[in-house]
Amino acid sequence: MTGPLSRVSGSQISLNHATMALVSFRDVSLGFGQRSILRHFSLDVEVGETLVLLGRSGSGKTTALKTVNAMLLPTSGKVLVEDRPTTAWDPIQLRRRIGYVIHDSGLFPHYTVAQNVALVPQLEKWPAADIEARVTSLLQKIGMPIEEFGPRYPGELSYGQRQRVGVARALAADPPLLLFDEPFGNVDPVIRLELQRQFIELRRELRKTSIFVTHDVREALFLGTRIAVLLDGSIEFVGPPREFLQASTPEAYAFLSCLRPLEV
Amino acid sequence: MPNSLLHELVTLTTQHFFLVGVSMLLAAIVAIPLGIILSWRSGWRDMALGVVNVVQTIPSLALFGFLIPVPILGGIGTHTAIIALVLYALLPMLRNTVTGILSIDVTVRDSATALGMTTGERMWLVELPLAAPTILAGVRIATVTTIGTATIAAAIGAGGLGVFIFRGLAAVDSMLLLAGAIPAALMALAADRGLEWMERALSRH
Repeated sequence: MTGPLSRVSGSQISLNHATMALVSFRDVSLGFGQRSILRHFSLDVEVGETLVLLGRSGSGKTTALKTVNAMLLPTSGKVLVEDRPTTAWDPIQLRRRIGYVIHDSGLFPHYTVAQNVALVPQLEKWPAADIEARVTSLLQKIGMPIEEFGPRYPGELSYGQRQRVGVARALAADPPLLLFDEPFGNVDPVIRLELQRQFIELRRELRKTSIFVTHDVREALFLGTRIAVLLDGSIEFVGPPREFLQASTPEAYAFLSCLRPLEV
Repeated sequence: MPNSLLHELVTLTTQHFFLVGVSMLLAAIVAIPLGIILSWRSGWRDMALGVVNVVQTIPSLALFGFLIPVPILGGIGTHTAIIALVLYALLPMLRNTVTGILSIDVTVRDSATALGMTTGERMWLVELPLAAPTILAGVRIATVTTIGTATIAAAIGAGGLGVFIFRGLAAVDSMLLLAGAIPAALMALAADRGLEWMERALSRH
């Protein structure tokens, strides 16, 4: 890659290449008081894959996601990022190496689109010219050219546009890993498909590793290179979409039933 | 209006302005940082807001009276009045600071953390700018009410436009009474408008 996109502060990944796991959940349990959200959750996320965590609300998928960037710490077990437990990372450094896209975008309403995208590079003290080049090229990539959209505030955008800016903001500092928390949830199906297509396009181009949380089985099949089905805080099934379509475990089957037409 | 009265009016208005200005500045210096801390600590929040709430219920003339015998802080004069006015201004400023920060959208706050902001960066870049209009609304309420309350400060020798009002009451001279009340009301109106304008400028996004 040449040009501004190759300006990399965070892309060098140091890994034990025998495993190739960028993120590794090792027997992770997490509870709040009496309630346990994750139970003996173990999973490896390999470099370059898009791992979808599929589950109902309350299955623990968002909680699992938040243990990766140390927003939550496991009660027992550990989460390794680049072979280092999240508890051993400086949480600020860790989070700046991980892009995060949340439902409802979480864009800062008092920052313009350009300022929102520039945020992490600014926190990382990139030179101003590099930041500008990066923001310009990212906004171009998501189809929202800086001349038109750069000076607008999030409140002046549609929901779909805000989500796209959220993706651009997460990509800004070129992190090796991206976390998506139901980013395309509250949007009509036509826009959702457009966002999903763009996600695949960006993935082809940027080759990032992603963990993607959703409760939408179609989205899981469309975007995932591997699908993990969560039930009550543990993994019930994990495998590529082809295997998932044949899965016979009860929860995977329940999700697959959503794909079949209603029998009247 | 005789020339000497006009001269006194200018002096008393300046005194009044000074009383209110210093009190608001001190109250803001105490209340805004305290409000930020309370927004993190839910345990202290109810207690602290309860205390300032109780302070607010003390009638102002009584509070001035209570402060007179207090050593160092109290006594007769301007500083005692300022202390009382600061105590009254704490509640609206503190409550609005806490409310302003707590009412920030959870996804906005979460994404600030997830992007790798330190607590300080999150406070300066996200929480305070977003809470600023609400905080300023608290300052505005406090200022407008303080301009009125400060007239009572004349009772403990702090000067200000209350001097005219008390003298007018004693002499049953409504002209003197109005000479104190009208400038105070105008000052309150001006402060209200000015701070409202600032509030709107801050929430423009």
